[in-house]
Amino acid sequence: MSERDFIQRKGPGEDDSDDVTTPGKAGGGQVFDVSDLLDEIDSVLEENAEEFVKGFVQKGGQ
Amino acid sequence: MSVHRIMGIENEYGIAVAADPAANPMLLSSQVVNAYANETMPNRMRRMRWDYDVETPLRDARGYDMSRADADPSQLTDEDFGVANVVLTNGARFYVDHAHPEYAAPEVTNPRDASLWDVAGDRIIQRSAELASSLTNQLITVYKNNTDGKGASYGTHENYQLSRETPFPQLIKFLTPFFVTRCLFAGAGRVGLGQEGDEPGFQISSRADFFEAEVGLETTLRRPIINTRDEPHADPDKFRRLHVIVGDANMSQRMTYLKMGSTALVLSMIEDGFLDFDVELHDPVSAMHQVSHDYELVHRVRMKDGRELSALEIQRMYIEQAHRYVAATDADEMTLDVLSEWTRVVETLATDKFALRDEVDWIAKLAIMNGYRERDHALWNDPRIAAIDIQYADMRKEKGLALLMQAKGKQQVMFTEQEIAQAVVTPPHDTRAYFRGKCVEHFVDQVAAASWDSVILDLGSDVPLTRISTPDVRKGTKDLTESLFASATGTADFVRKLQP
Repeated sequence: MSERDFIQRKGPGEDDSDDVTTPGKAGGGQVFDVSDLLDEIDSVLEENAEEFVKGFVQKGGQ
Repeated sequence: MSVHRIMGIENEYGIAVAADPAANPMLLSSQVVNAYANETMPNRMRRMRWDYDVETPLRDARGYDMSRADADPSQLTDEDFGVANVVLTNGARFYVDHAHPEYAAPEVTNPRDASLWDVAGDRIIQRSAELASSLTNQLITVYKNNTDGKGASYGTHENYQLSRETPFPQLIKFLTPFFVTRCLFAGAGRVGLGQEGDEPGFQISSRADFFEAEVGLETTLRRPIINTRDEPHADPDKFRRLHVIVGDANMSQRMTYLKMGSTALVLSMIEDGFLDFDVELHDPVSAMHQVSHDYELVHRVRMKDGRELSALEIQRMYIEQAHRYVAATDADEMTLDVLSEWTRVVETLATDKFALRDEVDWIAKLAIMNGYRERDHALWNDPRIAAIDIQYADMRKEKGLALLMQAKGKQQVMFTEQEIAQAVVTPPHDTRAYFRGKCVEHFVDQVAAASWDSVILDLGSDVPLTRISTPDVRKGTKDLTESLFASATGTADFVRKLQP
């Protein structure tokens, strides 16, 4: 991996030539609209949320 | 100095079978690890071992590694509990730790690579769970998170190589306030307050409430903010490995980069004896909980000298020091980038934090949950809110909220899918992980065991096992060993060529 590779931001719709050393919103200020996202999340969210959450039990680790 | 140093990340992933909440997590973890190993390394020595003991005579390392059974998927279920352990061609260790599958990424030399090989681990666990699900006829799901919200926590650990000469009291003094406030950008977000999460609410860090001590050796009980475990996995006279256990698992590739980069920069300032300012907290453990619970970013914590400062102000103090430090040196590009991103993110937190919803994990979660709270009047203890908290870190492409956001351009990414796919199978070129990964790639059916600082090869039953030490993290690189791998006609020839 060359030193230069890391300066590319690969966010969709972004300009790869964007100079990272320039402060400012990386995505050019185009942040998504939350309400658009909610419909999408509704469609993928575990159907029985209550049961899903109750069943998600982990053992402790480090 | 700079953000460049030897570093790496380990993740313990959450694991579940929704249809069978009582499923044994150790068995599931073993199935997941073995499914991946059997697919990617069908000829590997059965039970390739982790070489725990550098002092063990070679013969002793043989143990039950001697025979190689064919990898038959039907045998998967009766693999020994907890022993699943492989070294991958990308140099990572993939194994079962406690009741979780763990991916310990290969050693890298900079925060960008740390993030890349961390994301590679996400793809590996994703594939592993898919394979194990189809082999065992049940849906096994894995999560890059740190708590079940019911009292259990499992870690995302960072490792940084330090000079042995770095005075530990200085590390404690300057790392503690940094770690307590770093969650402002590196927090993964969590629903519920307290270890058991029984108090409704939201907090910035998923790990903070599980910390109960300032300094100590523990990682599972009375977890300390500064962990003193001292296994350098390198020359102990020259190096120390700082084992950082306070971090959250980040889905945001950019925040993993910034977390590792800013930490490396603070370490660099400490190592150079550059830092000399008053930043000590009156009660670090309590401050850690307070900062995490303050997602409105208004709370002030008490300092040792009596001042009351916000987490943002404390971060700004570090950033100010870093600007002076970097200005005094001929800083490289990545160091400048880390500093500029660190500055931008902290300043944006202060002015318009939701502008960071496409890059900071806890803000992404909070923005989504606030959407539900507004639209559906959902309360913090609404099961859908808790489900979002868990599902944000689901590793499935079609279900994981962060992965979906990334795919739809709603969470910024640093790496192309091609770069990630490459990091899944290839090691970093500039550390000993290259040597380890390439040994697995070229000689998988002769690798009896491996560890961070060794590879043990089996050249046949009539010869003792050959242990190759790799104590120097910066050796065994592509530059130093590529031609050896290319020219060796076999394992024995390779070992001969390695000898001076």
